[in-house]
Amino acid sequence: MSTEREIAVDYLARVEGEGAMYLKLRGDEVEDLKFKIFEPPRFFEAFLRGRRFSEAPDITARICGICPIAYQTSACNAMEQAAGVQITGGLRDLRRLIYCGEWIESHVLHVFFLHAPDFLGYDSAIAMASDFPDRVQTGLRLKKIGNRIMSVVGGREIHPINIRIGGFYRTPTKIELDGLVPELEWALEAAADTARWVAGFSFPEFERDYEFVALSHPEEYAIQQGRIASNRGLDIAVEEWSENFEESHVEWSNALHARLKTGGSYHVGPMARYALNSDRLTPRARDVAEEAGLGQVCSNPFRSIVVRVIEIVFACEEALRLIDGYERPPEPFLDVEPRQAVGFGASEAPRGLLYHRYAIDGEGAITEAHIVPPTSQNQLSIEDDLRAYVVGRTHLPDAELQWQLEQAIRSYDPCISCATHFLDLTLDRG
Amino acid sequence: MITTPRPRLAVWKFASCDGCQLTLLDVEDHLLDVAGVIDIAYFPEATKGKIEGRYQLSLVEGSITTAHDARRIREVREISETLVTIGACATAGGIQALRNWADVDEFLRIVYAEPSYIDTLSTSTPIEDHVPVDFQLRGCPISKHQLIEVIDAFLHMRKPNIPGHSVCVECKLRGTTCVMVAQGIPCMGPITHAGCGAICPAYDRGCYGCFGPSQAPNIDSLAAWWKQLEVTDVDLVRALRTFNAYSPEFREASEAYEH
Repeated sequence: MSTEREIAVDYLARVEGEGAMYLKLRGDEVEDLKFKIFEPPRFFEAFLRGRRFSEAPDITARICGICPIAYQTSACNAMEQAAGVQITGGLRDLRRLIYCGEWIESHVLHVFFLHAPDFLGYDSAIAMASDFPDRVQTGLRLKKIGNRIMSVVGGREIHPINIRIGGFYRTPTKIELDGLVPELEWALEAAADTARWVAGFSFPEFERDYEFVALSHPEEYAIQQGRIASNRGLDIAVEEWSENFEESHVEWSNALHARLKTGGSYHVGPMARYALNSDRLTPRARDVAEEAGLGQVCSNPFRSIVVRVIEIVFACEEALRLIDGYERPPEPFLDVEPRQAVGFGASEAPRGLLYHRYAIDGEGAITEAHIVPPTSQNQLSIEDDLRAYVVGRTHLPDAELQWQLEQAIRSYDPCISCATHFLDLTLDRG
Repeated sequence: MITTPRPRLAVWKFASCDGCQLTLLDVEDHLLDVAGVIDIAYFPEATKGKIEGRYQLSLVEGSITTAHDARRIREVREISETLVTIGACATAGGIQALRNWADVDEFLRIVYAEPSYIDTLSTSTPIEDHVPVDFQLRGCPISKHQLIEVIDAFLHMRKPNIPGHSVCVECKLRGTTCVMVAQGIPCMGPITHAGCGAICPAYDRGCYGCFGPSQAPNIDSLAAWWKQLEVTDVDLVRALRTFNAYSPEFREASEAYEH
């Protein structure tokens, strides 16, 4: 008779939010596997109803303290589309610049503080600091420059205050942005050096044939705009999301599971962006990727840490380019008059595609909101990864298998706070 | 050299966006200094390690929205010598406290596919509604300077120096011309707790109250000002009902101006 084993992690550490993992093996067979999300739902989609369209960026920012710019940008995109307004020139560049800041800050947090300790055998970056003081200091300094971009353009790092529908409350002066340049030049070199470091980590042999989904833009590495594309031929406008994707509700997760209508799981995030758009990376980022031996596509989730660092290199280089070409726009924002319409917006949050859809009435009140965060889209892919990873590794002792499975989950940089917040509710009046 | 064990710090999360606990990692220049004087014994967002037992300082993020969390906060209180709430969710229920005014039947009409899977209370409430709290740090998100001040004050057994005056004082200190007087922009600064450094007015925007009410705010006076700026009561109520909606001062005022 085959033996039964259970591996349960009740509270996953070094992820944003509250999640757990459960694996039940019978002999070498996976009998049950769940990536659980128990973070309490906060019902953003419900209480957004009735709010002013102009409030969506500030309110939805509060879904996630780690990627508020992603929420603000996707919300602005949706509202501007609903009103028939398009942001161009310096205002568009500033949106991209502050988003680069968020990518740097969020990716550095993940690479140095959440993921690297897995590869080096530490509980945390703070524990790692005694053996790798220079690396941890580099991480802190890199994180700081990401945060400084957010502060200079957005007013503060977490929940920036300067983004509004149509642009900004106040645009920064050229001199304010130029002040970021020396630190960004240092950051570019530090990030390139970090890429060499993480490329030398030891990665489990594991690849999956993913359907990668990300925004794609003909002229740039897509961040804040583009069409939704995949490596299997999907190429749709953002407003066609719900015709191509669907969500379902499972008992073990307070976040809906998203899937392609044509198939099952898909993968969003840095590996998806890289697979679809790597030819549009900045020159230095391309060189560093080549030096790191990344190739055109990376399908090993454990190596996503390398892709993330390549995106840090890219974001530093892109920020420098945007600052260099910056001329203060004549007006800080375009007037956006609401009209009765449905607006769709998407952008590439650090963890992947973030989709918003709003219906607004003629007075500018939100009548419906629909938000699909990246982690809810990755849940199925995470479970598929874990199931595939266990095959051939059931001989590993529990502690080792558990460590590697946690590491696999962490390679998605799951943001559980994000994933949970779009659920509607049932009420316990107790 | 005298060596005494470092006090233990724990960081707890309830319903929230993680932004306030992220602030602890955002103190880039001081993080390793903090880790040198205080033992970060429980902080799942940053470390897998967990030291069981009692904690000298607990930082609590998030509001109480489930029966399970209502029990958990009591356990946290029992093992914490000093308990400090960080941020608008923990001190005022957060943006998710908007459910506290929701028409329950209307909410039920937009129930999800399998509502029975979800465990939730009908309210989002601050930590102090459930257990005694030693200090409340405000903000959505909190200020990292104020967080360091609270930790430093704890280490030196003194009261944190967190002034309760309004954002107006910070504008004066910063030299920002009043956006409400000079530009006619509705601003919540006169009734909002200081701490952010008066960022919004410096960016030509009215304060939107993310630090919650200041000490003894005169909300009626602000309402009269806003009326002159042709802000309707509906919009005043909306402004009071955001990230600190369920703080007693904003709650009472929003209910008074609702009808």
